[in-house]
Formats: sequence, structure tokens, C-alpha cells
Amino acid sequence: MSLAHRHNALKGTMALMLLVLTAGASLAVGTRPVAWAEIWAGLTGHVDSIGTAAVAVRMPRTALALLAGAALGVAGAVMQGITRNPLADPGILGVNAGAALFVVVGIAWFDISGAAAFMWLGVAGAGCAAAFVYAIGSTGQGGATPLKLTLAGTATSIAASAFVVALVLPRNDIAGSVQAWQVGGVGGASFDTLLPALPFLVAGLLLSLAAARVLNALALGEDLAAGLGQNVAAGRIMSAAGAILLCGAATALCGPIGFVGLVVPHAVRMFAGIDHRVLLPLSAIGGAVLLGSADVLGRVIARPNELDVGIVTAFVGAPFFIWTVRRQRMRGL
Amino acid sequence: MTLIIDTQAAAPAAHARNRGTRRAVMALSMLGLCLVGLIALTLSCGQGCLPPAHVLTALTGADAGGADFVVNDLRLPRVLMSLVVGLCFGLGGAAFQVMLRNPLASPDIIGISAGAGAAAVFAIVVLSLEGWAVSAVAVGAGLGIATLIWGLSSGRGAAGARLILVGIGVSAMLNSVTSYLLLDAPAWDRAEAMRWLTGSVNGAQLVQVWPVVAALVVFGGLLALSARDLDLLRLGDDAARALGVRSDATRFRVTLAAVGLVAFATSAAGPVAFVAFLSGPIAARLTGGGRCILPAAGMTGAVLVLAGDYAGQFLLPARLPVGVVTGAIGAPFLLLLILRANRNGGTL
Repeated sequence: MSLAHRHNALKGTMALMLLVLTAGASLAVGTRPVAWAEIWAGLTGHVDSIGTAAVAVRMPRTALALLAGAALGVAGAVMQGITRNPLADPGILGVNAGAALFVVVGIAWFDISGAAAFMWLGVAGAGCAAAFVYAIGSTGQGGATPLKLTLAGTATSIAASAFVVALVLPRNDIAGSVQAWQVGGVGGASFDTLLPALPFLVAGLLLSLAAARVLNALALGEDLAAGLGQNVAAGRIMSAAGAILLCGAATALCGPIGFVGLVVPHAVRMFAGIDHRVLLPLSAIGGAVLLGSADVLGRVIARPNELDVGIVTAFVGAPFFIWTVRRQRMRGL
Repeated sequence: MTLIIDTQAAAPAAHARNRGTRRAVMALSMLGLCLVGLIALTLSCGQGCLPPAHVLTALTGADAGGADFVVNDLRLPRVLMSLVVGLCFGLGGAAFQVMLRNPLASPDIIGISAGAGAAAVFAIVVLSLEGWAVSAVAVGAGLGIATLIWGLSSGRGAAGARLILVGIGVSAMLNSVTSYLLLDAPAWDRAEAMRWLTGSVNGAQLVQVWPVVAALVVFGGLLALSARDLDLLRLGDDAARALGVRSDATRFRVTLAAVGLVAFATSAAGPVAFVAFLSGPIAARLTGGGRCILPAAGMTGAVLVLAGDYAGQFLLPARLPVGVVTGAIGAPFLLLLILRANRNGGTL
């Protein structure tokens, strides 16, 4: 017992060190090279030189990338646990697209602006899309198989993006901002837009963590989980609500970002096992590391331009998705 | 004696075959009528309506008092583009669906349209190519992606499901390439890029139509030559081989033809969402399956693009590109397909 604990503590420390490294890189690396002294000055609130000003801009951006990544990582782990489906991911299952559709409808029809309102819209959209996709993907023989869920998610994403295009195209006044946000960007972050998201993210994280035991039991199958004395239905609803809060808020913050929720839990499982009590917190850290470093990579790779973070994650994540598909025995599809 | 029994036994079969043929002929002529009607509608009615006589005089090249500009320069290229693009998508999509025996294996789901689209955008934006060269690059990339998906999804068991999932992954990656290229390109403004990404026949010119027509003739002809073998392949590889079909060569020919059709259409009008996916199943429902499914699917594709474009231009509150309309129809259809497979107890 103590050995396992020590192992987990070691892995946690390693993950945290990676996180700190990512945060440091995200502050230091960018279009404009900045000296260490300037980074420190910028962190302590000085904006005297261009370098420190650049750091001051990078701070909220870093915070946003790390928070959104953590949210997507946990949401992905929870979704894979609930659906017992290795291909589950908020992007693939169409949940992010649903959140995006609601936000765009809010912008275009109801003239809604402001980060807090976007949060509510995003969460509502994520909830509707998740319920819809799961309902369609789990009917009939074999329950929620990976293929059915993926197809239902793809169809929902395509329908949602068709509606987004239909809403945005006639409106030149909102087209630019919506399109930039759609690809998934963390560039325009500020602490003011970040603050309203925090309650959602914290609530989602707590709900997901509280359901970790049920997710562990669910891995054995629904009947066994019930036999072990777990309230399966309540646990499922609780963790699903947590995942929806997390991806709704993340999408409202920086647009639909795919594949983070897919890659991270798989990677974490490889070196930390399948216990959700360990998997969920480590997925949060892993997601933050992945999205943070994807953002840094996007800044470096296309200098002097920036590559949107959603494009980078698609490039890392899609091969991983294919690899997972290949590794799986496609039984019962 | 035996002869009599044989003819008696054969009579119902022949009768059923006749009925099947008659149904296919009915379906084809109905689709043809729809096409003629839609073409006439689009040519004569737009922002304002022209009398059919004026349209005809304008088309023959005579002076029709101002109508010739509207008809010949604005509406005719658009109609022709919709027609050939729809035919290409319908034929290419149905060829894939028939060959892989799976309605989900259409090029817009398994990533071939996405590959052709990404390559076309790369050719236009980065290499500054035009016309034929763009289409050639798109065809090459489409073939490459098809090979890649085949290779990645080969292996043990249930290749159909794996092919589709691998294709979805590949298209996610390629779509992000396309959006990056388009969003970064200074020459395209964002609305234009978005319009192209969903597929649009806006501002079509006759110059852009001819490569697609040529592709339709060449690759459509190749497909027609392989149609009999493709039909026999549906019996399974062994049976087809016994009937003298070289299965691998047929698959290669059909893939080449279908990729060529889809790639040329995509480089001309963008990846018009879901036309390739929808045409095959609709045509199968109309004709009751059988060998007429390919021409019927082509015509269905053309009907979808023409009707979608007309609806997007004039029947909806805002002017929308055709891809938005077909995407909004196609996604629910995909969901319906999943639900139906469930209810029949079929495994998807």
C-alpha cells in the first residue's frame, strides 16, 4: 500500500514538474525572444519594456491554455470511463461542436456578449449535444459501440458546423471573430474572460473526481458495478455532468479543440494504470501539459505567424486516434 | 418435360427481373425529369423571372434584349457547374459505397474528399497553381490518401469498421490543414474561405467547368467499363473470380475512377458536404438496387446540388452556399442511418 502510494506520489511529482516546465516555456517562448530577467519582472507586474509587456500578455494565455487543457483531459477520461469506449473524446463525440453552436447562436441571434454568458451557453450546448449523441449512439444492439458513437458524434459535429456557417456567413460583423474562435485559439486571452470560467471548471473537476470510484467499478461492467454496491446511475449522471461542465466551459473559452481528451487519458493510463482516482488528476495535469506545449509549438513552428492550437492538437491527436483504432480489436461493431 | 418445368420455374424470376428493370427505368426517367425541371427553373427564375422564350433565344445565341447576359454569363455556368459537380460526387460516392459494400464508406466520410480539398487549397494558396494543375494535384493527393487509409485499416478482423474510423481520423487531420491554409492566406478573405470550405458554386465560370466535364468523361467512362465487374464483385471475391473478374485490378480501376471524379469536383467547387454520401443510398432506394445504381446515383447527386444551390440562393432567408444546405440535410440522414441499422438489429 505504501509502495503504491509512493509510486503515485512520484508520478504526480514528475507530472507537476512537466507542468511547471510547460508553463515556463509558454512564458518564455514566443515570437519575441525575452530574457529571463524580463520574465521575472513581467511576472511581478512590471510592464516597463517590450519584453515585460510580452510576458504580461503571455501570462493569461498560458493560464488559459493550461486550464482548458486540464478541463479537456479530465473530460476525455470521464467520457472514456462512462461509455467504456477508448475512442471517446469531447471533440469526436460532437460535444464541443454543440457548445460552439450554442455560443454562436447566442452571438448571432441574441446579441449576447461577455464571458459569463458564453459559459452558460457553452455548458448548455455541451449538455444537449452529449445527451443527443449518447442517445443515438447507444440505442440498439451492442449498446454504445465505438463506431456508432463516433459516427453519431461526427454527424452531430457536421450538422452543428453547417448551422454555424449558415449563421455566420450573412453576418460580416461577427464572421471574423467567430471563425478565429472556431479553429480553437488561446491567443486573445485575458484574465477578465478567464475568471467567469473558474467556478464552472472547479465544479466540473470536483464532480468528476467524486465519481472516480463509480468509474472504477463501471470498468468491470454495469452489473458487477451494481453488485459492488455502487449507485451506477447516480455516478454516471454526476460524472457526465462534470465532463459537460468542463468541456462546455473550455469550448466557450477557446473554441472547439479536438483530440486532447482522447490522447491524454490513454497516455496517462500507459504509465499510471487504470485507477480513476489517479487517472483523473493526472489527466488534468497531462491535458494542461499537452495544450500548453501545443500552444508553444504553434508559436514557434510558423514564425513569424502563429499556428492555432486546435490545428496542432489535431496533428498530434489524429495519428493517435488512428493508432488506437488499429490497436483495438473491432469486436461487436 | 423438363423444359416445361424449367420455363415454369423461370417465369416468375424473369417477371421479377422485368419488374426490377422497369422500376430502374422509371427511377432514371424520373430523375431525368427532375434534372430538366431544375435546370429550367434555375435558368429562368433567379432574382427576377424571365419568360422561357427569352431564355431559349438567349441560349441559342440570338439577341434577347438583355436576357443573354443574365442567362449565358450568370446562370448557365452556375447550372453547368452544379450539374457536373453533382454527377461527379454522386458517381464517385456510389462507386466507393458499392465497392466496399457499406453506405458509410463514402469519400466524404473516409477522408478522400478532405485530402483532395486540402491538396487543392495547398496548390492554389502555396504553389499558386491554376486550373488543370490544381485538379492534378488534388487527384494525386486523393489517390495517396486512399492508399494510406487502405494501408492503415488493413489487418485482422472487421476491416469495414476500422476503415471508417481511420478515415474519420485522417479527415480530421486534413481538415485542420485546410483551415490553416485558408485562414492564413492573404489573398482569400475569411468569408470566401468559409464558403469554399463548405462547398459552393458561387461565381462559377465556364472556364472552370470544362476540366470537370473532361474528368466526368474520362473517369466516368472508366467506371462504366468496370461497372459489370463491380457488380459481380458484390457476390464476393471467390464467386467473382470464378466468373472471370480480376478482383484486385477491378478495385484499382474503380478506386482510380472514383477518386478522380471526387477530386476534380472538389477542386472546382470545394467539398460540397455529403452529396457523395447521400446520393448512393437515395439512388438505391429509388431503383431498388441492381446495376442501374451508378447512373442513378450520379443523377441524384446532380439533383441534390442543383436543388441545394437553388434553395440556398432563393428559398432561405439568407443567401447560403450549397454545402450548407446539403450538410444540413446530410447529417440527419447519417443519424437516421445509424438508428435504422440499430432497429434492424444490424451491426454497424
